[in-house]
Amino acid sequence: MVKIHERKFVSADPDKCVGCQVCEYVCSMTNDKAFNPLKSRIRVVRINQLANLAVTCRLCEDPPCVAACPREALTQSEETGLIAVDKDKCNGCGWCIEACDYGAIMLHPENKVVYVCDLCKDKGEPQCVKWCPEEALDLVTSDVLAQKARITAVKKLFQEAMKIS
Amino acid sequence: MLGYAGRILYIDLTTGKTRVEPLNEEYAKKYIGGIGLGMRLWLENASPGVDPLSAENPLVLTVGPIAGTMWPTAGNGHAFVAKSPESHGVGEAKAHGSFGAELKRAGYDAVILKGKAEKPVYVWIDDDSVQLLDASRLMGKSPAETDDAIREELGDYYVRVAAIGPAGEKLARIACIINDKTRAAGRTGLGAVMGSKNVKAIAVRGTRDIVVAKPEEFMEYVKEFHERMKGPATQKYRTLGTPENVLVHNSLACMPTRNYNNASFEGAEKVSGETLNEKFVAKIIGCSSCAMRCEHTVVVPEGPYKGTMTRMEYETLWALGPYCGIDRLDTIIKGMELCNYYGMDAIGAGVIVGFAMDCYEKGILKPEDLGGIEARFGNSKALIQLLEKMGKREGIGDILVDGVKIAGEKIGKGAEKLGQHIKGVEVTGYDLRCLKTAALGFAVSFRGADHNRHGAYAFDVKGKVNRLKAEKGRGKLVRDMEDIYTLIDSFIVCKFSRGTYYKELPDMAKLYTLVTGYEMTPEELKKAGERINNVAKLFNVREGLTRKDDTLPWKVMNLPIPDEGPSKGAYVTQEELDLLLDDYYDSRGWTREGVPTVEKLKELGMDDLMSIVESKEE
Repeated sequence: MVKIHERKFVSADPDKCVGCQVCEYVCSMTNDKAFNPLKSRIRVVRINQLANLAVTCRLCEDPPCVAACPREALTQSEETGLIAVDKDKCNGCGWCIEACDYGAIMLHPENKVVYVCDLCKDKGEPQCVKWCPEEALDLVTSDVLAQKARITAVKKLFQEAMKIS
Repeated sequence: MLGYAGRILYIDLTTGKTRVEPLNEEYAKKYIGGIGLGMRLWLENASPGVDPLSAENPLVLTVGPIAGTMWPTAGNGHAFVAKSPESHGVGEAKAHGSFGAELKRAGYDAVILKGKAEKPVYVWIDDDSVQLLDASRLMGKSPAETDDAIREELGDYYVRVAAIGPAGEKLARIACIINDKTRAAGRTGLGAVMGSKNVKAIAVRGTRDIVVAKPEEFMEYVKEFHERMKGPATQKYRTLGTPENVLVHNSLACMPTRNYNNASFEGAEKVSGETLNEKFVAKIIGCSSCAMRCEHTVVVPEGPYKGTMTRMEYETLWALGPYCGIDRLDTIIKGMELCNYYGMDAIGAGVIVGFAMDCYEKGILKPEDLGGIEARFGNSKALIQLLEKMGKREGIGDILVDGVKIAGEKIGKGAEKLGQHIKGVEVTGYDLRCLKTAALGFAVSFRGADHNRHGAYAFDVKGKVNRLKAEKGRGKLVRDMEDIYTLIDSFIVCKFSRGTYYKELPDMAKLYTLVTGYEMTPEELKKAGERINNVAKLFNVREGLTRKDDTLPWKVMNLPIPDEGPSKGAYVTQEELDLLLDDYYDSRGWTREGVPTVEKLKELGMDDLMSIVESKEE
């Protein structure tokens, strides 16, 4: 059995992401056969010119969206960590949307049920990762993210140290 | 046809009534979109001879057929067209970002603003719902502040806004329209046209799907262009950016310096693209759907302007820097931020300050005329002070902010000769005395002094022709470039990506076909490019511009380049200009007065516009 910390999800590198929305366009094209950022499972936020980040489902352990659903429409796959939506049970009430800290689960503008990143499981790999022109998106485990953060922090520490000497 | 929304939104600001009409498909094929469609629509929605700042001058906003798709650079552009308060001829300006894509998703190829609102309003386009909302509390705000305030008021972060600043509200003739906070539809004073209609901003939210005719082939083509955009064709824009031009132009002595008193700048190293990138560039970001990313976001790290953040390009850097003799990048960046704050075309604003400094040094403007500002060339404090006065229309700024042509006439005493403009539109960063193909391109440019109507400087700068010589054949070079450039601005593709269309017309025709489903051929597209230049010329002819307006700034024709080096002694004589103009008009199939002939219009299928030239035929 796959352990939880080996689950992979799409993460954007804030240093690399430039806010171009290519991920949004390719996501809506892949899933809805149309260009429409409103139907994208990954969304870009630009706070200002320097602060850009694409955000999508983190495949949380013990996901708040699943816990919040009053109709048991959401389930998490033990194997992959993906959130599955039972379209017959979901009535679009929005409790899961409110529960998600990342705004990663949304109400589909046409189907009126919630939808969330499924890592393009039918395509073999997330299309946003494949298309990102900046290679800012990565399919990572939380371990890998921790490694990255650790290395960045240590590098920064040594930079400071070098400046002092 | 797919790609197009198929709808045009008419807004009568006087009555508050709106209506939607279908897009004329003939226009779509003939004029593509963007500025082509915009100019055609303007002609049929305005009477000849309207005052640019009156209610009778419609402001036309357009997108192109590719907008809203994920095509790199073309998914996100929009254009404004109206009669220019600077040139009294074609006013047009494009911008990228994310505004254009949103407008397409709202379901419109064009929005035509007619009349004048009784009180300040902003236009709120929420898909099919169109409202004029009170803008009184937005007055005096910068475009960026307006953007934030509107999104806050409407409660939707993803609303896209194009707004004017205080300069546009005060009808400054160099006012621009800014979207996404740093992207300006900059030239020809269209911010003043928007201001004259009492419109502070246009806010858009669109939720429609955008579909293309051949999605699979389209996506493959997108992928191919993503790869091309990683290659040499866009390298400049992704690395140093357009400020790379500073040292290139300086080494050729073709960078107008100190209001065209020189053609090279001793402080060039200090304001070079290299220095800018090393010390100021914090991040290079991209527009919506673009795979290139060119927007060099700069931040001043220390000193009096610490924390100032803006976008920086060659033209604006040149205008606010070398053209004013200023060699401090932190001041130039602050100047750029002020232009964005007040909503002024930063090229025009820099050229105006350079002009004012020249007037000051020649004793035409005295310290008391300037409210005590010591407007010597190179005085960076004076740059900031003058920009503030212009943005607020205070003191001398009230005169200056209407552009160097009007300011020169008002100031008099020889100032008329010091204002470097064509058709009332301020010059850009190419010294036309020693770039004679560019000189022709600038002279005939239908929106006044501009490098972006032809890119003809490339022949000169890259040494493909003798840049110091005026000779036959340049007319055709300029014409062919113009026909491509009007297509670029009608699709609307970003000009920075033009090099990725390896086969130019065939590549563009393929893109058009994949998106719209209409089998466009390179030949038909070329004809559309020519047609759009002709419709622009008809616009200018109808509004009273003649061969006399296809001219060059006074110094270009009267002040030989004094700088030692490769360009010394160069200038353009009247004989040279006449030779170039004749050659160009001939290659266009126009009369020697620069008027399209009936035969030419017939050939281009423009019979419906024939009446404009028939009276001039005899």
